Amino acid sequence: MSATLPAAPKTNRIGLPKADYEGAKSTLCLGCGHDVVTKQIVTAFWELGIEPRRVAKFSGIGCSSKTPAYFLNRAWGVNAVHGRMPSVATGALLANPELIGIGVSGDGDTASIGIGQFVHLVRRNMPLVYVVENNGVYGLTKGQFSATADVGSTLKGGGANDLVPIDLCGLAIELGCGFVARSFSGDMKQLQSILQAAIAHRGTAVIDVISPCVTFNDHEGSTKSYKYAKDHEEPLHEIGFVPYFDDTVAEIPPGEVMDVPFPDGSVVRFHSVGRDYDPTDKDQVLATLHRSRTAKEFLTGILYLEPEKPSFASLLNTVEEPLTTLGEDRLRPSPGMLAAILERYR
Amino acid sequence: MSNAPSTTATAPTGVVVNDFSLQVATANGSGSQTANNVLLRSIFRMGIPVSGKNLFPSNIQGLPTWFTIRASRHGYIGRKRELDVLVLMNPETAAEDALAAAPGTSVVYEKKLAVEKLRDDLRLFPVPFSELAGKLPLPPDQAKLRRLLVNMIYVGVLSDLMGIDPAEIEASIRRQLEGKAKAIDLNLAAMRLGIDHSAAAFQTKLPHRVERMDATTGKLIIDGNTASALGCLFGGATVCTWYPITPSSSLCETFIDLCAEHRVDPGTGRALAAIVQAEDEIASIGMVLGAGWAGARAFTATSGPGISLMSELIGYGYYTEIPAVIFDVQRVGPSTGLPTRTMQGDVLICHTNSHGDGKHPVLFPASPEECFTMAQAAFDLAERLQTPVFVLSDLDLGMNNWMADSFPFPEAPFDRGKVLDAEGVERLKETWGRYRDLDGDGIPWRTLPGTPHPKAAYFTRGSGHTELAGYSEKARDYVENVERLARKLETAREMLPKPAVEERPGATAGLLAFGTSHYGTTEGRDLLEHDHDLPLDYLRLRALPIAREAREWIERHDVVYVVEQNRDAQLAALLRDEMPACAARFVSVLQYDGLPLDATTVVDGVLSHRGRTGGAR
Repeated sequence: MSATLPAAPKTNRIGLPKADYEGAKSTLCLGCGHDVVTKQIVTAFWELGIEPRRVAKFSGIGCSSKTPAYFLNRAWGVNAVHGRMPSVATGALLANPELIGIGVSGDGDTASIGIGQFVHLVRRNMPLVYVVENNGVYGLTKGQFSATADVGSTLKGGGANDLVPIDLCGLAIELGCGFVARSFSGDMKQLQSILQAAIAHRGTAVIDVISPCVTFNDHEGSTKSYKYAKDHEEPLHEIGFVPYFDDTVAEIPPGEVMDVPFPDGSVVRFHSVGRDYDPTDKDQVLATLHRSRTAKEFLTGILYLEPEKPSFASLLNTVEEPLTTLGEDRLRPSPGMLAAILERYR
Repeated sequence: MSNAPSTTATAPTGVVVNDFSLQVATANGSGSQTANNVLLRSIFRMGIPVSGKNLFPSNIQGLPTWFTIRASRHGYIGRKRELDVLVLMNPETAAEDALAAAPGTSVVYEKKLAVEKLRDDLRLFPVPFSELAGKLPLPPDQAKLRRLLVNMIYVGVLSDLMGIDPAEIEASIRRQLEGKAKAIDLNLAAMRLGIDHSAAAFQTKLPHRVERMDATTGKLIIDGNTASALGCLFGGATVCTWYPITPSSSLCETFIDLCAEHRVDPGTGRALAAIVQAEDEIASIGMVLGAGWAGARAFTATSGPGISLMSELIGYGYYTEIPAVIFDVQRVGPSTGLPTRTMQGDVLICHTNSHGDGKHPVLFPASPEECFTMAQAAFDLAERLQTPVFVLSDLDLGMNNWMADSFPFPEAPFDRGKVLDAEGVERLKETWGRYRDLDGDGIPWRTLPGTPHPKAAYFTRGSGHTELAGYSEKARDYVENVERLARKLETAREMLPKPAVEERPGATAGLLAFGTSHYGTTEGRDLLEHDHDLPLDYLRLRALPIAREAREWIERHDVVYVVEQNRDAQLAALLRDEMPACAARFVSVLQYDGLPLDATTVVDGVLSHRGRTGGAR
């Protein structure tokens, strides 16, 4: 007679079950692409074995910005005001560089009201995974066009967009971002690899995820619908992410694979899918992006990668420890120093 | 200073010792600043209370600039409306300045400006400045340098005409131009040219004389922005984010300089502070709130337009309860207004900032030493109260040079407020909620990101939330939360700097002022007592919301003259709102022309309310 013991939950490399990485129940519409992204974020942090308490989650306002409540309950969250998540994240991560930052934003929050802060975040290369859940439409206010809607794309209630869309990936590359990716919430495998690589990147990592709005922008005539994205997605490559702690790297014949090492020892491995594309060659990347816009292609993958780019904290040359823990002994000059300073004003 | 004799009774022909207001009119960018600071410091070194005010245009070069020095043996260092001595160097404004001068004013001027053709009721001292500058030992191609040195010639002339000790001028020049031997020699030569010319040309000197006294020992000459930056340094600020705007920029720039010297980790040579020049004021306050949320002492400095831009995030900081320190160095609004003139026009926008309900602690420094101490207090209060705290300075205090008391070294440790570490979370895990009032003072306990306890984390949101920081749209949750925030403001009321009070036996009316209105108000109060037999009590408010002591003081007075530098009587409006039963007691005395409040405004305002006639002088 042997009693059947319940199977112990599967744990990650720091011994935590996946449940420790989950969040509150989503209140988004059933079938929303954002919930898929949320799940991938949970999986990425769990698989990488990052302690949830080390993670700081940031967002602005909008459907996408609600999602940090739906993952990593044991991490700290900041749901900021509309379009201003980058500055709040910048302050927090400068104050405590030990935090691992992930921001989730939308196309309205980033490409319209928050475009200025997005631009300057990228320019500073703050270490932050910046996920844009891009559906081309304002969901919470019920279906107005956003600044990433394609020319000719139609609203659910009729009416076509005739303003040029802002390509957040192209913009980020032009601004010198060291990690720029585009993905699709329907391509979970690719998104997972991209998220893990982005988390390992020590600079701003922009991930523009086409994440269809099932309620307001999933109709015939929309270029951000599931069907349109599924029909038009063209991966530039297959991506494998090998974290620094994983030493089970398989031998792969040269010629078909390109490895890009990260400073922490992780490797992003690109498998060719028949297209000649080098994500570290900025000229080629920009030319490919420009052509794809004209050709109305939906290219996905890690578009551009420059892992060695110095982050803002290294430019500011701040100490590695959190500024938050410094006390009087480190911060307050001595009485003698005060007297010496004041002597200049006598 | 309160029992000082009146300054109004001086006969025009008599000699007046250590009591004058001197104004130098030049063009912006003409290099007069060094000369003016030397003049100021020389008088200070002779032991005479003094202040300097730079009235400058929003321009880099060419537009008119006036520098005013007030010296007063009685210790009055506010602006004086009446000018005793003019130095006219700027052809653009000479005629206008001369025509506006009161009869009997002493005027030193570039001879070519021919002021004598405009007025015959002034004391005129024509000096051929450009001709004198030609005598300086400089090669002919140094015309620009020659023009700069003209300024030191008028310093020499004033030395002779007023009795300013050349040895103190020399010492001030050496100090001002420390290490630049050639520049020191040239400036000393220019000063001597001025002295020699004046000694030979003018037998009769100015009636306003400078004589050595001993009222500046241990004092400083410093501006408020520098003092605030020092307060941030000694107050433990580690994150400074800012966007350049007059008149606040020098606060952050000074902090940058101080950090380069005093915030370097001796072990690694790395910075112990993060300073970011942001893309705009919205980003500045966003970064401050992010850093404050993470647990750093963070601040920004701005002026009115910046506060307008920051408003949404300030409301966010209030509702999510994040410590932040905001310096508002006020300038004249609305809109771009007069960017280089002073005003106390942001009282309401700071105290009641952002949409929805909300009131915020506001500190009112009135002097450089208070800039120093209140900057430090602001960080303690922000962390203790977990909310944005304003330090409301102004252009006059922030950018002008003031004679100030020395700054006390802060002995007390930083007050980091109610922060739970992992042990604390473990102890309180059954009862703790991020927004739960465990102590009855409206202030909840917070944890800092990274705290190693599975129950330490919480979610910060600007939308409706429960005590446990969960999302909520329930009426009850909302009401309980905002009522707790109101309770927290009452706790703040008891913690903020108390008012400073001066009383006169038998006075039933009082003056109430804050910030830089202190100077014109106290001088005006002395004049009212000595020249008009009207003794008044005085209360200087040092913070909002108003302290219990201020409320009681107001209740004891039949009439309270509220002196402020704005048109809308912003503080009086707040007082009426807080004390409706006393609403009729408040009488406003206002000045809103962009110039620092002067005593005459106060005297005239009070007398006109009393139904007496006319101005004081």
